[in-house]
Amino acid sequence: MIVLNLLAHIGRLFLGFLGASGRLAIFAGRAVSHVFRPPFFPLITLQQMISIGYFSLPVVGLTTLFTGMALALQIFEGTARFNAEGAVAQVVAIGMARELAPVLGGLMVAGRVGAAMAAEIGTMRVTEQIDALTTLSTNPFKYLIAPRLIAGTLMLPFLVLVGDIIGIFGGFVISVNLLHFNAATYVKNTVDFLENVDIISGLVKAGVFGFIVTLMGCYHGFRSRGGAEGVGAATTNAVVTASILILTANLIITRLFFSN
Amino acid sequence: MAESPKISLRGVHKSFGPKHVLSGIDLDVGRGESVVIIGGSGTGKSVMLKCILGILSPDQGKIAIDGVESVGAGSAERDRFMRKFGMLFQSAALFDSLRVWENVAFGLIQGKGMARAEAREIALKKLAQVGLTTEVAELRPAELSGGMQKRVGLARAIATDPEIIFFDEPTTGLDPIMADVINDLIVSSVKDLGATALSITHDIASARKIADRIAMIHDGRIIWDGPVAQLDDSGNPYVDQFINGRADGPIKMQVLRP
Ligand SMILES: Nc1ncnc2c1ncn2[C@@H]1O[C@H](COP(=O)(O)OP(=O)(O)O)[C@@H](O)[C@H]1O
Ligand SMILES: [Mg+2]
Repeated sequence: MIVLNLLAHIGRLFLGFLGASGRLAIFAGRAVSHVFRPPFFPLITLQQMISIGYFSLPVVGLTTLFTGMALALQIFEGTARFNAEGAVAQVVAIGMARELAPVLGGLMVAGRVGAAMAAEIGTMRVTEQIDALTTLSTNPFKYLIAPRLIAGTLMLPFLVLVGDIIGIFGGFVISVNLLHFNAATYVKNTVDFLENVDIISGLVKAGVFGFIVTLMGCYHGFRSRGGAEGVGAATTNAVVTASILILTANLIITRLFFSN
Repeated sequence: MAESPKISLRGVHKSFGPKHVLSGIDLDVGRGESVVIIGGSGTGKSVMLKCILGILSPDQGKIAIDGVESVGAGSAERDRFMRKFGMLFQSAALFDSLRVWENVAFGLIQGKGMARAEAREIALKKLAQVGLTTEVAELRPAELSGGMQKRVGLARAIATDPEIIFFDEPTTGLDPIMADVINDLIVSSVKDLGATALSITHDIASARKIADRIAMIHDGRIIWDGPVAQLDDSGNPYVDQFINGRADGPIKMQVLRP
């Protein structure tokens, strides 16, 4: 009996998961189709690009700066065990560009932008502002969602590029000042070692993560029901699902890029 | 062939889960006519409007606008319907990220592609009609009282000179004098613009003033429908109880008596 109940429970969870995935896929397809069909809202897109790109600079900059610094210390300590301390510059560069700047940047933006988007769109939903848009002959997918998806997908690569530079700089500062590396050699090692694919794979990840964050913010906001409590739940769900999807997509993209 | 009514509902049903809200609404609103729906709170009046607007889709039944079926219409068709509509939401539903005048001008700028300066002139004129000044036009909705928000919502609903206007409790939350100003405005919108109006109200005085015809909704159906002159001798006990505001009668309120 217990086993049957358990099986039924697992089955229900699985069906629920399938249903949710299907709804998300339909929403995503609809949203993307509106990105490419007029009318477009360039001004709103620009506003969103500024709010996502520019205003996330401090949080992404700080995150990557401290991570680059800590990474330099860790690698120095760790590689000293087999006398390879010289690899700090290379490992920091590759670690930041390929993994840490995109993933940490994506997660930080999920917390900052995804949550705010879900709260804003969720409030618009529960106060009937989205219905009001429709009655004023304005498609909410075009007016609210498409500009955010475009802005997120374009601006996260920009943030990650800045994060790459700041993170590598953080490693440089620690290595030169604390670990007594020669500054010129450190820079030369970094530049010689980094390949285009290291940077590009990170930026591709960033674009995908930016899409994920804004999609989850819009999706959960759009579906929110029932006043302040519903909006709160939408905000949490937006951040949690975006984070999980970012980590999953990260693994898949890494595998696609580096699986010779 | 007789002209088809502006709005026509036949057997419209709508449930939310196990809860039946509309169970077979039949209603016709003629061109240039002003119909007022009365009925208790939570009887589905707002849901009925949202079904007509296409914001909610009915589970069953037919809704036609100018004789064209609107349930299950494609997006291009729905767009054509929307251009005929103006809607005042019960909660006003103003865009809180935009200024008051931008709210009123929204349908003109986004819906009709009008230039901002021109749309602003029209918005200011509509705001003046609902008794709001140019200073108010520059504020954000959150800085207004509930009654002022309602008036902005009204100005927004009529800004595009729609053919069909829906007013969901237009006078709720207004003082009696402002309520009468709004009644006059609704009457003149309908008479001057030749618009068709479908309104919801609990305010019987307002209903008498703005309605050509009144329909009462109860238990998910229209239980009485007649010209406003017949309201007082409808012969319908539900209508009598409602317009006289009596606690005792066929309409039972679900409350715990002390
Ligand atoms: N989106 C919705 N989801 C679930 N129930 C709803 C929804 N909209 C309205 N209802 C329910 O339908 C009933 C009628 O609501 P409404 O039309 O707003 O009443 P009113 O006649 O006061 O305007 C209410 O009991 C309300 O709880
Ligand atoms: Mg209502």
